[in-house]
Amino acid sequence: MNRISNVFQKDGRKALIAYITTGYPSLEATIDVASLLAESGCDIIELGIPFSDPLADGVTIQNATHQALLNGITVKKCLASAAKIRRKVSIPLVFMGYLNPILHYGPEKFCADCSKAGIDGLIIPDLPPGELPALDESAGWHGIDIISFLAPNSSDARIKEVAGKAHGFIYLVSVTGVTGVRKCFAADLKGFIARVRQVTNLPLCIGFGISSAEQAAQAAELADGVIIGSRIIQLMEDNDKSYKKLRDFLGEIRHSIDG
Amino acid sequence: MLPDEKGYYGPYGGRFVPETLIPALDELTAAYRGIQDDKDFWSRLETLAHDYSGRPTPLYFAEMLTRHCGGAQIYLKREDLAHTGAHKINNALGQGLLAQRMGKQRIIAETGAGQHGVATAAVCAMLGLKCVIYMGEEDVRRQSLNVFRMKLMGAEVHSVSSGSRTLKDAINEAIRDWVTNVGDSYYLIGSVVGPHPYPLMVRDFQAVIGRETRRQVLEKCSRLPDYIVACVGGGSNAIGIFHPFISETEIKLIGVEAAGDGIDTGRHAASLARGKPGVLHGAMSYLLQDSDGQIMETHSISAGLDYPGVGPEHSYYKDGHRAEYMTVDDRECLEAFQLLCKLEGIMPALESAHAVAHAVKLARTLDKDRIIVINLSGRGDKDTGIVADALGVTL
Repeated sequence: MNRISNVFQKDGRKALIAYITTGYPSLEATIDVASLLAESGCDIIELGIPFSDPLADGVTIQNATHQALLNGITVKKCLASAAKIRRKVSIPLVFMGYLNPILHYGPEKFCADCSKAGIDGLIIPDLPPGELPALDESAGWHGIDIISFLAPNSSDARIKEVAGKAHGFIYLVSVTGVTGVRKCFAADLKGFIARVRQVTNLPLCIGFGISSAEQAAQAAELADGVIIGSRIIQLMEDNDKSYKKLRDFLGEIRHSIDG
Repeated sequence: MLPDEKGYYGPYGGRFVPETLIPALDELTAAYRGIQDDKDFWSRLETLAHDYSGRPTPLYFAEMLTRHCGGAQIYLKREDLAHTGAHKINNALGQGLLAQRMGKQRIIAETGAGQHGVATAAVCAMLGLKCVIYMGEEDVRRQSLNVFRMKLMGAEVHSVSSGSRTLKDAINEAIRDWVTNVGDSYYLIGSVVGPHPYPLMVRDFQAVIGRETRRQVLEKCSRLPDYIVACVGGGSNAIGIFHPFISETEIKLIGVEAAGDGIDTGRHAASLARGKPGVLHGAMSYLLQDSDGQIMETHSISAGLDYPGVGPEHSYYKDGHRAEYMTVDDRECLEAFQLLCKLEGIMPALESAHAVAHAVKLARTLDKDRIIVINLSGRGDKDTGIVADALGVTL
């Protein structure tokens, strides 16, 4: 049993998954905030690997990744900072990054280095399951879960196909769209989740657009975990080194999903 | 016949997209398969290609240019004479009809030079579809005439200010729109790039260029050409004219990429010449990327070639040596632009002027009985301001 599946073994506890961009606003901040996330009740940390063309992301994460690239962040630096975070926190760490930098680094070497750094999973928004068998193989070899996505418009056949190959948990997109703060979910979110539940026992986590305690509570009621990204990045924007706003926000979210 | 079932040309192509787009690509693939044997669809497309776009476009013997070079005979495939001024209309018309058949009411498209944007806007106006165009801020500035043309035809034009503010960023934004509005919107991509089935579909709609060329060159010369030269950004006009000749390996196919400030300056857009395989905009293909796999900014005087990727089928032909890929820089492109104006009274698009520049160099080295066909993919009216600027002329 790896660290990710352990998260979902705790009776009734809903997982809180937090995204931050490595190197935004600085590498030091990434390491500090990762500890803060773990202390504030997060169960999994998603560490973003910045990419020049983040086409599944909205403006907030686009800007954060752009800034991180200006700060000179590379895949190598992401791995090094993950290793530092791993020494401080015990919860699962997953990388969220687009395919090309990983391909360029070399799928096999990337998975080996992830494993050494203490990374538990990979979320690659532009890689549908099965499209790159070499990466699946390397990840499997090194015990790293590649997290699959499903969307409200996924067909039943597709849900079955993806769920059959999935590891760790399944990332359910709350709306058709890109990442970013939003007010509402897809109208048929409940039905969508039910369709996925029918074919898999894997934990289901909802992401994209979740930014308030109310939304988080709603999502937690339907699924096993809640993923928050853009709102966290926004709360890191105001350069307050104590990250009080972020800490308060996470407290609220934790409280709301614990119901 | 390539691509395979999953959209691969050897190791290139595929579908590297967010999961939300998979149902849309499945739907599109099924719809495209559905029209293969639909005679009504193809006869409607043919009628519109004839009556609306003005096809077939002529094959013109460029006698003055040929004499100037003193070598091979040069023929121009006059896509510049197609409606809206470039070959882009062939694809816009085909996909527009397909979108309409699929019941999609809202069309999204990206554009670099604005040629694909104008073609899409025209087709949408004619078919009564809503049209949303994404265009990099830098391109909006340098191709303002085309922006105005799109707006006159009823399109909504969004200026994209992220990244390098050119074609690549316009595609990112178009894909974000598509992911968000995937239910009612159709993404009408303008080149042989993107996830499967786009490279296949766009190639098929552009192959009309090559089919006509074959017939016309046989009529005029009683034989097939020795060389076919076309510019390559994403590569749709090149694939269009190459494709019907692929199996005749004695015919040399030459794609010409933009070398910008010079191929060794690092400021160019020559993905095949200097890129490495990677994934951008949904497909595996040659890509200009840095040592960390980040996509590089490109440079070319021609907005339509200013793109860090290239169609997967071109990557496949490069590796298999079925086509040869050369480069032409901004300076050579400007010279060819002026040369064709002076000698033939034809103003090529800056994109197409890259092909002219290479063909002129090539013709000089060949005997007079050799035949070169240049795909003159677009007309240059849109570029007069840029050329004037480059020549230091104030209009």
